[in-house]
Amino acid sequence: MVRLSDEEKAMRDGGHGPAVAKAMDLLIRYAEALGAEDFVYTDNIAGVPGSSPQWVKDHFAADGGDYRAVFSRFDLDSDEVVDVPRITGFSCHLQGGMDPELWREQGMTEAAFENFRADEREVATHGIQVLKTCTPYLAGNVPVMGEHCAWMESSAVVFCNSVIGGRTNCEGRESTSAAMLAKRIPNWGFHKDEFRRGQHLIEVEVPVDTIFEWGMLGYFTGAAVEDAIPVLEGTIDAPALIKHKHFGAAAASSGGVEMYHMVGITPEAPSQLAAFGGEARGERFRYGPQERRAIYERLNSIGDSRDVDYVMLGCPHYSIDQLAEVASMLDGRVVHENCNLWIFTSRAVKVTAEASGYADIIRRAGAHLMTDTCSAISQAVPPGTKVAAFDSAKQTHYLPAIMGIEGWFGTTQDCVNAACTGRWEGRLN
Amino acid sequence: MATLAIKAPDVVIRGRKVVAGVVEGEALVTHQTISGWGGVNPMRGEIIETHHELRGQSFAGKILVFPGAKGSSGWSAMFHTTRLTGMAPIGMLYNITTTKAALGAVVMRVPTMTDLDLDPLEQISTGDWVRIDADAGVVSIWKGGRP
Repeated sequence: MVRLSDEEKAMRDGGHGPAVAKAMDLLIRYAEALGAEDFVYTDNIAGVPGSSPQWVKDHFAADGGDYRAVFSRFDLDSDEVVDVPRITGFSCHLQGGMDPELWREQGMTEAAFENFRADEREVATHGIQVLKTCTPYLAGNVPVMGEHCAWMESSAVVFCNSVIGGRTNCEGRESTSAAMLAKRIPNWGFHKDEFRRGQHLIEVEVPVDTIFEWGMLGYFTGAAVEDAIPVLEGTIDAPALIKHKHFGAAAASSGGVEMYHMVGITPEAPSQLAAFGGEARGERFRYGPQERRAIYERLNSIGDSRDVDYVMLGCPHYSIDQLAEVASMLDGRVVHENCNLWIFTSRAVKVTAEASGYADIIRRAGAHLMTDTCSAISQAVPPGTKVAAFDSAKQTHYLPAIMGIEGWFGTTQDCVNAACTGRWEGRLN
Repeated sequence: MATLAIKAPDVVIRGRKVVAGVVEGEALVTHQTISGWGGVNPMRGEIIETHHELRGQSFAGKILVFPGAKGSSGWSAMFHTTRLTGMAPIGMLYNITTTKAALGAVVMRVPTMTDLDLDPLEQISTGDWVRIDADAGVVSIWKGGRP
């Protein structure tokens, strides 16, 4: 049984209001399902509180069919509807369902947009920051080392644990919504020192320096270690935020990697000994030329036709330096008439891209710069899309499966070229 | 659900309760971890992940036996949605405890167990009849289907 402090007992018993009581009830059931002994305090929560498509609201029509009903019945898994007070914890809303301006281009209906706007108003009214991104750490929520967080979004979770040294499990919608009310999360997994030790070694023997190479290594890593914690050592070079972002997203998709160590690169891995918390253990994997080629071929196994009609960039949401790079690649070029190019980022980064002139260059080329969502989250692709191309291993993993389309994976330059010619010419050098 | 006392189970294994309750039904077994968001279609309760061995199969109304959860943090919400659409599994057994699988089981409110003393992936095949008594910590298995 999970141990509760006096304050947590009071929360459970209704001393802090019915919504907090329902939140604690869910968190206690969750802690017991995990086998956690107690809770940690958290004041940094990232989730998707209460947002839902209309059909989910309709499902709870008998309970009012509104934000309050969905928050109570779905987010808090409560049998009764409760009033949701203003959230006091530092809480943010991650990615959402559509672009707030280009929703028509995404194929959304007026009704769906109205539902989206109504949910967003509720989120803001409840004191939750409207970041609307899978990269909160690029939009105003940057944890610090040792900070206990309760985050959703696998690519953000792996970034928080591995690159920053923050502490979060891969939380879900219901646990984050509950944590926003109770400021508690089960003290289990990545909140505990011993859980953060490396479990397998990956010896990297080919140069991994560009974002493309980091992404392939990430996809290999997840496939190799599944949900375990890898320690990577060897010829990994030129670390940068965007490379970690791409690596972690890929590793979290092909496996369930929620934390990784890179010796000499990530903060909890000054040495192999420190990364493992002792001698190396587990399995030993090698990432050499053969493995690199195999992972490239695996990522490109769902492509057949080279006539690309959709190129999607911005998974995870592009940073300002990625938008600068893609703008420089697009400057003076035009997206092919048989192709569409959609680039996704956060609202915060888009503001900077507007000010810096990148957004204009992107639009002049005939591409769309979109925020809030991505094709996989919104299940929105240009009409008639059959063959897509990506520079993200994560999006390559998900979108073709979700939409039943073909997909190619390559460098950002491969993708921009495909967008401007309508042909996929990517290959592994 | 009523206990089927017609025939003694072929195998009995014991473990830890994740979500309380008693249920019995047909097993759907995979040796591969399952992605929730992006890996299942919640309207059909169907696995859609590109390289998955269960691709195209539905777990609706089955007892899902799997190593563990992987992928997106939308795991719990996606499986929670199958509860809304009536396409949820009726019980689950898994080996690896993750926040995704634990939270998913909690919000689906289906009897679920883990930390079993014999590997359920070895003991149970697709089509076997399985009874989960999570409160007692006992899984009973009838090989080959309903006894």
